[in-house]
Amino acid sequence: MSLRTQVVALHTLVRKEYTRVFRIWVQTLVPPAVTTALYFLIFGNVIGRRIGPMDGFDYAQFIAPGLIMMQVITNAYGNVVSSFFSAKMQRHLEELLVAPMATWTIVLGYTVGGVLRGLGVATAVTAVALVFTRLHITHVLVTFSVIVLTAFVFSLGGLINAILATNFDDVSIVPAFVLTPLSYLGGVFYSIDLLPEFARRLSLANPILYMVNAFRYGMLGVSDVGIGTAYAIILGFAAVLFATCMLLIHRGTGIRT
Amino acid sequence: MLALQVRDLVKTYPNGVQALRGLDLDVPQGEFFALLGPNGAGKTTLIGIITSLVNKTAGEVRVFGHDLGREAAAARACVGVVPQEININYWDSVQNIVTTQAGFYGMTPRRARSRAETCLRRLQLWDRRRDSGRSLSGGMKRRLMIARALVHEPRLLILDEPTAGVDIEIRRSMWDLLRELNEAGTTIILTTHYLEEAECLCRHVAIIDHGRIVERDAMARVLRKLHAETFVLNLREVVTAAPALPGYDVRHLDDHQLEVEVTKDQDLNGVFAALSAAGLHVISMRNKANRLEELFMRLTAREGATRAVEEA
Repeated sequence: MSLRTQVVALHTLVRKEYTRVFRIWVQTLVPPAVTTALYFLIFGNVIGRRIGPMDGFDYAQFIAPGLIMMQVITNAYGNVVSSFFSAKMQRHLEELLVAPMATWTIVLGYTVGGVLRGLGVATAVTAVALVFTRLHITHVLVTFSVIVLTAFVFSLGGLINAILATNFDDVSIVPAFVLTPLSYLGGVFYSIDLLPEFARRLSLANPILYMVNAFRYGMLGVSDVGIGTAYAIILGFAAVLFATCMLLIHRGTGIRT
Repeated sequence: MLALQVRDLVKTYPNGVQALRGLDLDVPQGEFFALLGPNGAGKTTLIGIITSLVNKTAGEVRVFGHDLGREAAAARACVGVVPQEININYWDSVQNIVTTQAGFYGMTPRRARSRAETCLRRLQLWDRRRDSGRSLSGGMKRRLMIARALVHEPRLLILDEPTAGVDIEIRRSMWDLLRELNEAGTTIILTTHYLEEAECLCRHVAIIDHGRIVERDAMARVLRKLHAETFVLNLREVVTAAPALPGYDVRHLDDHQLEVEVTKDQDLNGVFAALSAAGLHVISMRNKANRLEELFMRLTAREGATRAVEEA
């Protein structure tokens, strides 16, 4: 198939994915906004007032970038896992597999769907954040590129999870036991400079820390980690996960018998 | 030109089951071809490999000359498939399911919508276009899968038991559609458990058993290979056992029915004469099964016996 027809196929898959996200917006866009509102109410207002400023910002402002990023990560990952895995279980994934679509078209189609949901959620959560605190963007390009790249990385992660999953337990284990702990320990609610040395060094092994801090740098202009290092880590993960997705789908792992 | 060329195809599943054991098959362009075999014979595995849903272990598959290994996209672009099991997105609308499939084959949205309308009208689903897949009846779901398979105008259409669970009227209209498509040049491969369907529609037949083709010929020639036909005779008189008719294999069914096997070199007059001599009168009779079914049972039984001897 020519590049033009691959682009048409990619557009079809992306349209199918975002149509799904916006068709079920009550399930996909509203819950993150509600959860974030509760975070701001409890951590930002009730507890945050007692905590005082952090890195020169009031607490609600400080946690806002992390809360946005946490929802982007969870939703980009969850979008691709649920969409691909349900297509696999209902067997309508076969519509893609019998068509002359290139492997990269399938990988990009699902991950772009995840990124779009991530951006949709980011918009909804930012709107909620603005009710509770003032926000401004210091570095527009950094803010936008980090959120897109992070959503891309976790969409790829979700795709790998869905490809390898054989039952519903397999798709809930990673979000519950890997993503949530890493997000909470990824500097969303605190600066790692407040941690003891051992915990601070341990935190540096958490990739989500770099994503949260790079995004906070884009919005507030402060970060616990070097922005160059953050980009290198995010791009490195994107490259490795993309290659893994390509290999798995090309081989037919989990999708062809 | 060959629409499908399969050479020495082997499929061994990870659990060790060998579904295909060096299968060879040629299907010429324009053919209406029946692929028959008992459950577990390897039909669905073969179709799975041709449509890229199953990875082959060894061998070669070419679709209109395109090697499935090296030119997968070109080969897939030629094929439309109606699978045995329902595999539609239950939450999507009927129209979206078909237009999306067209898009996956590289059709622009406008062309996809136009083709989807044509196919849905042809399959009598246009009035249900806004309904979700889950709201359709079993027969409608099957017709939707046919519309979806046709949307990109495939040169080779593969149907894996497409009329299972479909009522007689819809089945007949599906037959008409398939005949039209074939007359317009589409090569069709059909698997079915309704052997009457294969006998009625297909010009050539291959019978697959235990992962190998055990018979492949023109339907008419295959049917001529039958040695015998079985008739069920309804008698006026009560019979308690099968009467002895010299040269004929007779079985007792019930008080008024006998089953008689008549080979090619025998005739029914002989049966009637022998029964009359025994004081029995035939008031009606019918074929026990369709002829293809008999051949199918014989071939697969013969293969089983041969294999048992080989294994011994």
